[in-house]
Amino acid sequence: MSAVSTAQTLIGPLLALSLAPLAGGLIARTKSIAAGRKGAPLSQPWLDIGKLLRKGEVTSNATTWVFRAGPVVGLAAVLTAVALVPWMGGPAPLAFPGDLVLLALLLALMRFVTVLAALDTGSSFEGMGASREAAFSVLAEPALLLSLSTLARGTGAWSLSDMLGPPAGQAWPVMGPALGLLVVSLFVLLLSENSRIPIDDPNTHLELTMIHEVMVLDHSGPSLAFIEYAAALKLWVFQALLVGLVLPFRTGSLAADLVLFLAGMAAVSVAVGVVESSMARLQLPRVPQLLLGVTVLAGFSLILTLR
Amino acid sequence: MDAVLVALLLLAAGGVGALAASSRPRLAAGLGVGGCVAGCIVGLLATASSLEDLPLAWRRPWRVPYGEIALEVDSLSALFLLVLFGLCLLAAIYGAAYLAQGGARRRQGPVWLFFNLLVASMALVVMARNAVLFLVAWEVMALSSFFLVTFEDDTSSVREAGRLYLIATHAGTAFLIALFMALAAGTGSADFDYWRDAATRAAPASAGLLFLLALVGFGTKAGLVPFHVWLPEAHPAAPSHVSAVMSGVMIKMGIYGLLRTFTFLGAPPPWWGAALLGLGIASAMVGVLFALVQEDIKRLLAYSSVENVGLIAIGLGLGMIGRSYQLPALVALGFTGALLHVVNHALFKGVLFLGAGAIAHEAGTRQIDRLGGLLRKMPITGACILAGSAAITALPPFNGFAGEFLLYLASFGGVMSLQGAPGLLPLAALVGLALSGALAGACFLRLSGLTLLGLPRAAVAQTARDPAAAMRLTMVVLAALCLLFGLAPGLPLRIVEPAAAVASGGVTPHGPLEASADLAGRIPRIFVLLIALVALLAWWRRRLLSHRDRSVALTWDCGYEQPTPRMQYTASSFGEPIREMFAMLLPARRHVVAPEGYFPSRASFRSEVVRPFQERLYGPAFGAVSRWISRLRWLHHGRVQLYVLYIVVTLILMLSWFLVSQKVPR
Repeated sequence: MSAVSTAQTLIGPLLALSLAPLAGGLIARTKSIAAGRKGAPLSQPWLDIGKLLRKGEVTSNATTWVFRAGPVVGLAAVLTAVALVPWMGGPAPLAFPGDLVLLALLLALMRFVTVLAALDTGSSFEGMGASREAAFSVLAEPALLLSLSTLARGTGAWSLSDMLGPPAGQAWPVMGPALGLLVVSLFVLLLSENSRIPIDDPNTHLELTMIHEVMVLDHSGPSLAFIEYAAALKLWVFQALLVGLVLPFRTGSLAADLVLFLAGMAAVSVAVGVVESSMARLQLPRVPQLLLGVTVLAGFSLILTLR
Repeated sequence: MDAVLVALLLLAAGGVGALAASSRPRLAAGLGVGGCVAGCIVGLLATASSLEDLPLAWRRPWRVPYGEIALEVDSLSALFLLVLFGLCLLAAIYGAAYLAQGGARRRQGPVWLFFNLLVASMALVVMARNAVLFLVAWEVMALSSFFLVTFEDDTSSVREAGRLYLIATHAGTAFLIALFMALAAGTGSADFDYWRDAATRAAPASAGLLFLLALVGFGTKAGLVPFHVWLPEAHPAAPSHVSAVMSGVMIKMGIYGLLRTFTFLGAPPPWWGAALLGLGIASAMVGVLFALVQEDIKRLLAYSSVENVGLIAIGLGLGMIGRSYQLPALVALGFTGALLHVVNHALFKGVLFLGAGAIAHEAGTRQIDRLGGLLRKMPITGACILAGSAAITALPPFNGFAGEFLLYLASFGGVMSLQGAPGLLPLAALVGLALSGALAGACFLRLSGLTLLGLPRAAVAQTARDPAAAMRLTMVVLAALCLLFGLAPGLPLRIVEPAAAVASGGVTPHGPLEASADLAGRIPRIFVLLIALVALLAWWRRRLLSHRDRSVALTWDCGYEQPTPRMQYTASSFGEPIREMFAMLLPARRHVVAPEGYFPSRASFRSEVVRPFQERLYGPAFGAVSRWISRLRWLHHGRVQLYVLYIVVTLILMLSWFLVSQKVPR
C-alpha cells in the first residue's frame, strides 16, 4: 500500500473523529431555523464536550466499576466501529470479509455497557430506559443485519468496503427497487439507533418519555463527555453507511470526493433535522411497530434480490 | 489410546471408591474428586498429545450379541473429548467445594459415583464404534445424570423434574434403538465402520426415515424444540456443577450423535438441511424468548441452552444444505461454526452455571427479583458472570463472537449463492440468528444487570460473599478461557476444523478457510485495538479527574431524597416490553388484586408465563393417550384365574395363527 493510499485510508477516521459532533450541531441548527430561531453555533456539541471534559464527576453511591466502565468501553467500541466504515476516498482501515457482523456487534457492545451502567444506578427511571433500549434493539439489530446483507447480496461482497461506494453504484441499475427500500430502512434505523425523533427525543428531559437520555442521567463530567462523543460518532457511522449507498460514485480526484462525501453527510444531517422539526415523537407502543415495519422492509428488499 | 483407557479406569475407580467409603464423607469426596480430576487430566493430556496421529482405534471382543468393545478416537471424537474432560475437570473441582458445605456432605459417596460414571460414560459415547456399546454407554449416561438431577430428592419439584427427565431420555433412546436396529438390519452388522462404508448403498427413502429417527432421538438429548421440555426442568434441579456439565457437555452428546449418524447416511437431500435448520431456528427463538421471562437464574440458563443448541443446529443445517447443493464454502462455514459454538457454549455456559450456583449458595435464592447489588458483595463471581454474559451475547472481544461470526458468514454465503426458493432457507437462518442474538443480549442484560448491579432487593442478598477459593478459581479459569478464545480463536479452530471435516463426510477441505484465517489473524488484532482503546480512555479519564472534585451522591431520582431498593426496576418489568412484543408466543397469566377504596390496604400483582409446549402440546397428547389406554382398564380386575385364562386364550390364538400361516405355502 502506497503512502498516498494509506493517507486516503486514514482520512475517513480522522474526518469522523474531528467532524462527528458537528453533525449534531447541524441538526440542531436545522431545527432552530425551522422553528424561526437563530440557533446555537454549529460547533456547540464540541463546546459542550470540551466543557464536560474540564469538570469533575458526581457518581451515585449505588454504583460500581461497571458504571464507570460503561462510557469508556462504549466509546472504545464505537471508535473501533468507525475504523470499519469506508468513506468515499477508499476502503476502511480495518476492512475484512464479514466486517459488517463485527460492526453490528460492536454497536451491540456499546449498547450492552450503556444499559449495564444505567442498571447500576438502581434508579427506576434508568431501569425503564434500559428496558426500552433492550426491547427496541431486539428489532433494530436484525433490521440492520438484514439491510446490510441485502447489500452483500447485491454487490457480491462480504465487506463493507467492497459493497459501499462504486460497487453499490453497479448494483443500483440491477436492483434499484431493493436498494431504494434499503435506503428507507437504513434511514429509519439511523433515527432509531441514534435516539432521534420520532423514536426517541434527544432534547427532552422528561424521564418518562425518553430512552437514551434517561439511561445516562447519572453520568457527569468526562464520562458524560465520552458518552456525548460516542453518540456523535455512532451517528456518523450510520450517516456514512447511508452516504456510501446513496452517492455510489467517485470523481477520481481526492478533493472532489471529499467535498462530495461531506456534502452528502451534511445533507443527511439536514434531513434528520427536517424530520425532527416536522414530526412529533411516536407513542412508545408504536415504536415496535415502526421497527418491525423496517425489519419487514429490509427482509423484503433481500427477497427481491433472491428472485 | 491406552492413556484414554487409563483415564476411564481412574474415573471408574474414583467413583466406586467414593461409594465404598460413603460412610466417611471426607474420604468419599477425596476419592471421588481425586479420581475425577486425575482421570480428566490424563484424558485431556492423552487426547491432546495424540491429535497429530488420529484416528486411534482399539478393539476387544465382548460376549454380548452383536457387541464388541470397539473404540476409536478420530478428530470429531477428540474435539468432544477435550471439551468434556476440560469442563468436567473444572466442574469436579468446583463441586468438591460446593458439596462440602451444608447438608450435601452426607451423600458424597453416591454423588461422586454418579458424577464420575457420567463423565466416563460420555467419553465412552464419543469413542464407541459399535451400536450395542454405544447404547449401553448412552444409557449409563442417562441414568447417572438422572441420579444427579434427583440429588435433592426431598423437594417435590426436583422429583417431578427427575421423572420428566427419565421419561424424555428413554423416549429418545427408543428412537435410537429403532435407528440402530434399522441400520444393523440393513447392513447385517452393528459396527459403525461398516455402516460408514456402507453409507452410499442405503436407499434414499429409508435414509430419510433413518434421518428422522436420529433427529428425534438425538434431538431429545440435545434439547431441540419441541423435544426440549425436560431440559428447563432437569438442569435447574441438579447441583450447579452438574448443571454446568449437563448443559455444557451432556446435551452436546445429542449433537455428536447427529453428526456421527450423518457419516452413515450418505449424501443428504435438501430437506434434511431444511428440517435441521427449521428445528434450529425454532429452538433458538423459543429458547431465548422463554429465557427472557424466567425468574429463576438457573432456569433462565437452561432455556438459554435450548437457544444455543438451536444455534448449533442452524449451523449444521446450513452445512447440510451446502452439501446438498454442492457449496463447499457453506459446508465448511456451517459445520465449523456449529462445532466452534459447541466449544464456546461449554465455556460460557459453564461459567454462568457455576456463577449461578455461587449466587444461589451465598444469597440463598435464585430468584432474580430478590437479588441485586451482588457485584459489591461478590466481586469475583460478579465479574465472571459479566464476562460470561458478554461472551454468550457474542460481544467482542469474547469467544462467543467467533462461533456466531462463522454462522453469520454461513448464512450470508447461503443467501449469496443460492437462487430462488432455496435462498429463503439461509435468509430464515439469518433472521433467526439476528433476532435470537438481539434477544439474548436483552436476556443477559436482564440477568447480569438485575442480579449484580443496583441495590439489593431483599435482605437475603446482603450477607453474600465470594465463595471458597476452589470455586472462585474454576470460575476465573472459565472466564479467562472465554476471553482467551475470543482473542485467539485460532486455538480452538485448530481442533474444530478437522472435526468439521469428519462430520461433513470429508467434504470440507482440510486446512484453514479464508474466513477462519481472518478469525485467526485480523479479527484478534481488532480486538487488541479495542482493548487498547479501553485502557487508553480509562487512563485518560483517570488523569482528567486526578485533581478534580469527585463526589458521591444519591442516585438522581428527580430530586426525590428517599429512594429504596424496592423502587428499582424489577426483572419482570425489564422483560415486559419484549414479552408484549412476542405476546403470541409468550402468553401470560395475570393474578391481580386491584387496590380498592380510598385507602387501599392490600393490592398485589403477579404474572406467570404459560408453558405452551407442556400445556398445549404434551399435556393434551399424553392425556389423550392415557384416556385411551384407560378404556382397557376393565381387563384389570385382580382375579388370577382370569389372567391365566388370558394367557391360555393368547397361546391358542398364536398357535392357530402359526398353524394357518404354515399351511399357506403348501
